[in-house]
Amino acid sequence: MGSRASTLLREEEIEEIKKETGFSHSQITRLYSRFTSLDKGENGTLSREDFQRIPELAINPLGDRIINAFFPEGEDQVNFRGFMRTLAHFRPIEDNEKNKDPIASEPLNSRSNKLLFAFRLYDLDRDDKISRDELLQVLRMMVGVNISDEQLGSIADRTIQEADQNGDNSISFNEFIKVLEKVDVEQKMSIRFLH
Amino acid sequence: MGWFLLPFDNLLCIVLGISFTVGFSSLLVIVVPAVLGVSIGIRRLYMKSLLKVFEWATVRMERGAKEKNQHLYKPYSNGIIAKELSSLEQEIQELRASGTTLSSEPEFEMADIMYFCRRGVESIVDDEVTKRFSAQELESWNLLTRSNFNARHISLRLSVLWGLGLFIRYSFLLPLRVTLAASGIGLLVVLTTIVGFIPSGWLRTYLSEKIHLMSYRICVRSLTAIITYHNSENKPKNGGICVANHTTPIDVIILANDGCYSMVGQIHGGLIGVVQRAMVKSSPHIWFERSEVKDRHLVAERLSNHVADKTKHPILIFPEGTCINNTSVMMFKKGSFEIGCTVYPVAIKYDPRFGDAFWNSSKFGMVNYLLRMMSSWAIVCSVWYLPPMSREEGEDAVQFANRVKAAIATQGGLVDLLWDGGLKRGKVKNTFKEEQQKLYSKVLVGDQEDQGEDRPQEDEEELEEEDQIEDRPLEDYTPRPLEDCSLRLQEEEEERGSETPMKDQ
Repeated sequence: MGSRASTLLREEEIEEIKKETGFSHSQITRLYSRFTSLDKGENGTLSREDFQRIPELAINPLGDRIINAFFPEGEDQVNFRGFMRTLAHFRPIEDNEKNKDPIASEPLNSRSNKLLFAFRLYDLDRDDKISRDELLQVLRMMVGVNISDEQLGSIADRTIQEADQNGDNSISFNEFIKVLEKVDVEQKMSIRFLH
Repeated sequence: MGWFLLPFDNLLCIVLGISFTVGFSSLLVIVVPAVLGVSIGIRRLYMKSLLKVFEWATVRMERGAKEKNQHLYKPYSNGIIAKELSSLEQEIQELRASGTTLSSEPEFEMADIMYFCRRGVESIVDDEVTKRFSAQELESWNLLTRSNFNARHISLRLSVLWGLGLFIRYSFLLPLRVTLAASGIGLLVVLTTIVGFIPSGWLRTYLSEKIHLMSYRICVRSLTAIITYHNSENKPKNGGICVANHTTPIDVIILANDGCYSMVGQIHGGLIGVVQRAMVKSSPHIWFERSEVKDRHLVAERLSNHVADKTKHPILIFPEGTCINNTSVMMFKKGSFEIGCTVYPVAIKYDPRFGDAFWNSSKFGMVNYLLRMMSSWAIVCSVWYLPPMSREEGEDAVQFANRVKAAIATQGGLVDLLWDGGLKRGKVKNTFKEEQQKLYSKVLVGDQEDQGEDRPQEDEEELEEEDQIEDRPLEDYTPRPLEDCSLRLQEEEEERGSETPMKDQ
C-alpha cells in the first residue's frame, strides 16, 4: 500500500545507476516512478506489451524497432537497470563530461554511442552491417504504403552507394559515422531531462 | 466462573454505551441538516484544520530529509522532460539543414531515423495518455499511506499522528459514513417507491425532487464531500443536456446534490439495479437494456424525446465515457452533441489533498473504491456551471463537442486532450500510424502523391475524432463507471479461474 517510488529503490541502487548512467538522484526516482507506472504486471520488469500500451509509441512508425532496442538479445523482459541504461543514451552531452578521466569507459551518451543506437535501429539482425534488405525494410516501416517498391528500391540503392566505401554493398558502423558526420547528433538524439 | 467477568462486562457496557451515544448523536447532527437542506459548516472547519495538519507534516518531513542529507521525492509536477513541439516536416528539415545537397529526387537521409527515435523515446519517458489513468501524485503528504512516497523520512511524531489519523478514519469515520450511505440509499429506494404510487402531477414531481435531493445530501455527507458550486445562475434547465468531465462515479452524487437530473445508463442487476428501478418510479430516468445500448438510433431517439419534453429534468451525461484522473479532459464522444439541444457544460475539479477521488477501474473494483473513498479524509471539489452552449451554423457535432470540451478544460484548469479515454483499455488503431507514415512520405517524395482526399489539417497532432480504438463497440452514452463495474466483476471471476491474484499489502 505504501510501497511506491523511492521506497522500493534502495539508495545503493540509485548510486550505482547514477554512476553508470549519469542521471541525477531526482531524475532516477522520477524515472523509476514512470517505470512502475508502465509495469502493469507489477513484477519489476517491462515486457513488449507494456511499451505498446503507450498510444504515442504505438503510432510511431518505428515504434517496434525502438521497443526492441530496450531488450537485450533474446530476452523478453527488461528491468529498471536495463531501462535506465537505454535511456541514458539520450542524456544531453554536458561540457564537463568531456574533461573526464580518459581511462574511464565511454559514457553511454557520447556521440559515438548515440550513433550506435541509431545504427542498431537499422541493423535488424544485429550483425553490425546494414544490408540493402535491412535498409529497405526499415524504409518500408517509415513510409508505409505510400511509396512504390521501385522508388523505395532506388532510394535504398542510392543511399548505400553514397555511404559504402569498401564495396561490400552494405553499411558498416564506421561508414555510418562518416555519413552522419555533419549531423548534429548531440542535439537530435538528446532529450532534455528536467532536474 | 462468572464473577471475574463482571468488571469486564461493565467496562464493555460502558464502552458500547459511549460509542453508541457518540455515533447516534453524530448521525443526528449530520442527518437532520441534510434533511432540512442547511449546512452548519462543520465540514469546512474540518477541512481547514486538516490543511494545517498536512502543512505541519510536510514541513517535518522536509526537515527530516535535510537532517539525513537526503532528497525528498517530489512528483514531477513540471514534467520529467521538456518536449519540443515541432512538426515532422520542421524537424526533418532541420536534420537535413546540417549540410546536404539539394536535389529534386526523393530525399532520404539516414539521419531521418533520429527524429522517430527521439520522439519514440520521449513518449516512453512521458506521454500524454497513460498518465491520465492513474492517480495524480501529490506535492505534500496527507497522512494517508496510499499517497506516501517518502516513508523513510517519517519521524516518530509524524508516525504517531499518522497512527491517530488511521484510528480516527477507520474506527470512527468509516463506520459512520457507511451507516450514512446505507441510510441515504435505503431512504431513496423506499421513498421513491412510495411516491411512485402517487399519480403523475404537480405533487408527485415536487415530492420526488425533494426526496432525491435529500438522499443525495445524505450521501454527500456520508463521503464528507465539501463542494463549492460556482456560477449557479448557469445551472442546467429542463430540456437540455448537462455534460461534465468524468473522474469517478461520485460525480453523479456531487452534481445531483445541487439540482435534479435525469440519469442515463445501462440497467444492472443486483443492488444498483434495485436502486435504478426505484428511482425511475418517481422521476423519468433513462435506463437501457444491455442490448439496446449498442443501438445508436434508439438511444438518440429516447434522448431527443426526453429533451423535447420541457417538464422533464435535464439529462446528465459524461461524454468521455470513462473515468480520467482529473488532470485532463479527453475526447468527448459526439453522440450527445448530435441531438441539437442546449448543452450546459459543467467542470468538476477535485482537490487531491484530502483524498484521491479518481476511480482506477483497472486496479480497484467498485467496493474497494468506495471503501477507499470513505476512509479518506474528505472529498473536496469545485463545481463550475458554465454558460449554456448550442451548436452554431456550419459546425458539426465533433467541432461542437471540442468547443465544449475546451471550455470545460479551461475552467477547470485541466489539460485539453484529443485522445480517446477508451485507450485506457483498448489499443490505438493503425490508421494513426499510417498517417505518420504518409506525412513522412510526403517529405521524401514531395506532394505528388496527394490523392483526391481532403485533408484540412496535416499537423501530426491532429487525430480523427471517431473510434481511435480497434474494434470497440459503440458506447457513446452509457456512463462508463457502471460498465466498468460489471466488467471488473467479470475480470475478477476470470482471474480467479486462471492465476492466483497478487496480494497487495
